[in-house]
Amino acid sequence: MSTLVLDSASRWFGNVVAVNDVSLTIGPGVTGLLGPNGAGKTTLLAMMSGFLAPSSGHVTLDGRPVWRNTEIYRRIGLVPERELSFGYLTGRQFVRANADLHRLPDAAAATERILGVVDMVEPAGRRLDTYSKGMRQRVKIAAALVHDPSVLLLDEPFNGVDPRQRMHLMDLLRRLGDEGRTVLFSSHILEEVERLARHIEVVVSGRHAASGDFGAIRQLMTDRPVQYAVQSSDNRTLAALLMEQVSVRAVALRGDHLDVQVDDLGSFAVGLPELARRHDLTIFELSPSDESLESVFAYLVAR
Amino acid sequence: MNATIAKLALQALLGRRRFFLLLAFPVLLVGLVALVTALTDGEAAFELLPGLGYPLVLPLVAILAASSVLGPEVDDGSIVYLLAKPVNRYAVAFSKWLVALAATLAAGSLPILLAALLTGDAGRAWALFVGAVVAGTAYSALFLAISAVTRHAVIASLMFVLIWESLLGNLFTGIAWLSIGQWGLRVGHELSDQLPDPASLPWAIGASLVVTVVGVWFAGDRLRSFTLRGED
Repeated sequence: MSTLVLDSASRWFGNVVAVNDVSLTIGPGVTGLLGPNGAGKTTLLAMMSGFLAPSSGHVTLDGRPVWRNTEIYRRIGLVPERELSFGYLTGRQFVRANADLHRLPDAAAATERILGVVDMVEPAGRRLDTYSKGMRQRVKIAAALVHDPSVLLLDEPFNGVDPRQRMHLMDLLRRLGDEGRTVLFSSHILEEVERLARHIEVVVSGRHAASGDFGAIRQLMTDRPVQYAVQSSDNRTLAALLMEQVSVRAVALRGDHLDVQVDDLGSFAVGLPELARRHDLTIFELSPSDESLESVFAYLVAR
Repeated sequence: MNATIAKLALQALLGRRRFFLLLAFPVLLVGLVALVTALTDGEAAFELLPGLGYPLVLPLVAILAASSVLGPEVDDGSIVYLLAKPVNRYAVAFSKWLVALAATLAAGSLPILLAALLTGDAGRAWALFVGAVVAGTAYSALFLAISAVTRHAVIASLMFVLIWESLLGNLFTGIAWLSIGQWGLRVGHELSDQLPDPASLPWAIGASLVVTVVGVWFAGDRLRSFTLRGED
């Protein structure tokens, strides 16, 4: 069991602040690091894995700093987003080299065992440059797991992986988390993080925007005010009716449709058809106008 | 020294297309010298070695070797796979240097010896070989250090060889004191008077040693501070 701690960690490159005063504690189980592209997820992971010095603050693993400390790699397995450039090696050779670098007592057995865990025994004899994206991803994970680390860090592990392989990878990570390992993966896709992580940390623009279990984050995201565009048989009448609803905060007439700002997503969407029927109105169109993840993130930051 | 790192470095060297370039230099050099020896006499052929083989082929081979064992991995960041291990980073640099050195000696210094032997005078040939071993050792360490620092390692190394050592070295004799190639020749001069004697022997030995040790140490130090950047 290992715990990674960031204590007021910041990192800037010249004038650009990539990570701004982030304090996090990552413990056993699967944690998702969620944020849009360019939010500083890779920078955070680089600091956690000892491949970047924090400009200020501290990053420690079980109380010891990770920067310039090669001993941490006995406990950390890192799966970078970077592609493997060892195309001239076979999958087995690559994983075996990782086992050898860890000086494992029985490197050959450890290699075969971990190839089995990621389900790559059969293609392991082929060169890496013949692999699909998902296969390369699994070999990278095998290489990071071969020494049985207590912490596994993955940078965008599902990027470019087809859905079937993605399911497989998720099962694997979930299993590793259940075994009591500290598993942290980054992603810019909410659904991915939701499906896998018990605990979610959200970063936006280098800042730590939210933290909590999946339910709490979901709540935050669904409770935020949402904008809807509504088109009906009589917009003006509908606007008057909508203003009487508790969940509605604002209504505006915009040409052929209404812009409606809503507080409580659930009750509005459920109540609208009934309301329309009672007053003999026909709803032609109802569409959320700002469901993009960016607006969700923007809301979390402004909160 | 880490055997796994050395093995991977060797595979990186042999597994890429650059290897054939590395092989082409010595083959062309020996072939050219053999041809000129057959057509004229040994003296004219030997002139190719201090004129072309030693100052150009040897450092080019060293550049190719040093940049192949380290350059691409640092460039594309995939060296993190080697560095995310409980392995001393100086040992990583040292192991990679050994492979680069072996390649430089095999594809640079050894062909110079073979070519020089073809031209007759064996004493002169062995003297040049010793010089090429000294220079190859220092070159490979210097170019490894450069590969650890910049993405443009090949260009920077070429500039050192072509502009500093060759162009300026021919114009100003003082540059011999700061030229790896000249240090090698000075050491070789002890074995055969036919080699020039620039700078001084203790300086040539001392400076070669310092460049070698500091070069490898520096490469290791850069690896200790290796920073992972995002794709963008």
